[in-house]
Amino acid sequence: MRFRNVAVVLTLVWITLFVAVPYLLVVLFSFLTPNPAGTVTYTFTLESYRQIFSPVFLTVCKSSFTLALGTSALTLLVAYPFAFFLARIPENIRRTLILLMIIPFWTSSLIRTYALIILLKANGIINSFLLSAGWIDEPLGILYTQTAVFIGLVYTLLPFMILPLYASIQKLDMRLIEASRDLGARGWHIFFHIVLPLTMPGIIAGSTMVFLPALGLFYIPDLLGGARSMLMGNFIKDQFLTTGNWPLGSAASVLLTILMFLMLGWYFAVSRRANQGDMKELA
Amino acid sequence: MERDLIVRLRGATKRFDDVVAVDSLDLDIYQGEFLTLLGPSGCGKTTVLRLIAGFESLDGGEILMNGASLDGTPPNKRNVNTVFQSYALFPHMTVFDNIAFGLKMKGFDKGVIRDEVMEALSVVKLAGLELRRPHQLSGGQQQRVAMARAIVNKPQVLLLDEPLSALDYRLRQEMEIELKHLHRKLGITFVFVTHDQEEAISMSDRIAVMNEGRLEQIGTPTEIYEEPENMFVAKFVGEINVFEGRILDVHNGSAVVDIHGRQFKVQKRKSCGIGQSVKVLLRPEDIMVYKEEEADPAYPFLPGTIEDVIYKGKTVDLIINLDAGETVHVTQFFNEDQEDVVYRHGHKIIIDWPYGWEVVL
Repeated sequence: MRFRNVAVVLTLVWITLFVAVPYLLVVLFSFLTPNPAGTVTYTFTLESYRQIFSPVFLTVCKSSFTLALGTSALTLLVAYPFAFFLARIPENIRRTLILLMIIPFWTSSLIRTYALIILLKANGIINSFLLSAGWIDEPLGILYTQTAVFIGLVYTLLPFMILPLYASIQKLDMRLIEASRDLGARGWHIFFHIVLPLTMPGIIAGSTMVFLPALGLFYIPDLLGGARSMLMGNFIKDQFLTTGNWPLGSAASVLLTILMFLMLGWYFAVSRRANQGDMKELA
Repeated sequence: MERDLIVRLRGATKRFDDVVAVDSLDLDIYQGEFLTLLGPSGCGKTTVLRLIAGFESLDGGEILMNGASLDGTPPNKRNVNTVFQSYALFPHMTVFDNIAFGLKMKGFDKGVIRDEVMEALSVVKLAGLELRRPHQLSGGQQQRVAMARAIVNKPQVLLLDEPLSALDYRLRQEMEIELKHLHRKLGITFVFVTHDQEEAISMSDRIAVMNEGRLEQIGTPTEIYEEPENMFVAKFVGEINVFEGRILDVHNGSAVVDIHGRQFKVQKRKSCGIGQSVKVLLRPEDIMVYKEEEADPAYPFLPGTIEDVIYKGKTVDLIINLDAGETVHVTQFFNEDQEDVVYRHGHKIIIDWPYGWEVVL
């Protein structure tokens, strides 16, 4: 009992010190005046929020959302068949595969992104192989394109999609598929009428878990896309590290957080309706 | 009158790894009958059902439907439907959509589907619940939805996999009667799987008793109960007392059997030779109990002592220790004219049975 109290207090202190306090500082800074010399001057203003709703920032928002949406969709397409496969194979092989999927996470994703550059660049591994095999005559220009950004984001976020999908597909009652076959369904009918609706909680959970980080991951578009398009993550980073406009960066962070909360709220509402509380364990 | 054959299993064999689930089974199923596959769990009865439905493929033999082999015909192309043990209702669909599913898959238009679903709902007495979801229904209602979802497709054969096992006793009895009604009303062939012999006896036209993937006996409930062909059927269906005996004499149609040194005349169904060991089987309700002083030396009897008296309301069950050492179960119906005949623990009694009520194996 005493151990539990100590543990709870420690956790609370930790969260307060390193999560709540910094975040409240961000909220506070968003209402203050920028100080070009560094940090802020303590004068209240709504100027940062006014700046946020400017066309420039809305364009940034739009391209961020498009990228995150595209990433979610691509990740879903890649992850769904694999999660299905994962749910249907013998336990020991499955454990190995899940382990293999998680091992890369022991390395910083920044380093893995640099590894992707080595793979994708003009004289990189993929191009060298294709050239020496004689399949292409000149190097493919993948790096510093939208394609490279998608490859990087999908690669990095794939496990966040696979795991919820896998959990949801594994719970799928195979007898329901038998019942649908018994009633005359086949192939795609089974998929669209039975499998897809019943795994929707996993799809929503996975998409949320990919969409939200994809909005904020600034270094992958930076490194792989060559910083051509400004995204929310980059925008915020630049306000703090380049432009030195901390209040504007803070205001953008606050806005992003609010958007994420709205989406999480939507996700909980939808998943509750989809599965009558069945989703609680996944959430 | 011989009815039309609808499904025929010939040498049907199914193995799971090294286990033979169904072992070269021959079974004929006739148009419109209520056939029950009865047996202990693991006897292969559900596998037979799944073979007919098309969820499992044969390792040997063949299954014919309307004279044509079902080999290679997927479940969605077979004119059979299944009521699953767990009902397997689609949780994300309303009752209406569950029942309409089969018709939708077959591409009927909306008006027809609506009429058929409503008709099926009223047949299973669920009119008005079409917009509910499965989890909002009681077990009995879910069972009815599962029935409606199957029968709305008007299959030639309806396969029922222990559909009543999840219901409580009272509801189960109600549903037994309703299933029989439904069977009569629809005229569809029912193939019903159960491990519950009471269920099998009260509902079926014919019962196929299965054990370890083989057919032990097939016949009407009366035949199965009154004339079991082997010890497995005798012991699995109802309670039975077994006496070891030896044939002393054989006459035309009857034989004399020695049981514990007493000579009983029994009906002879199979040929048997003098000196052969036999088992004489008697249902608890076929045995007569008398007070010791009523013994008539002219007729054979077995003496014993009342061990236990179990009052069951309609009947009284007696557990009797025979002097020869065996324990015998006897069920007595109350006889209004003989209310003074009350047995208690320790009473000395004798038992016998009417000629011909025994089964000799």
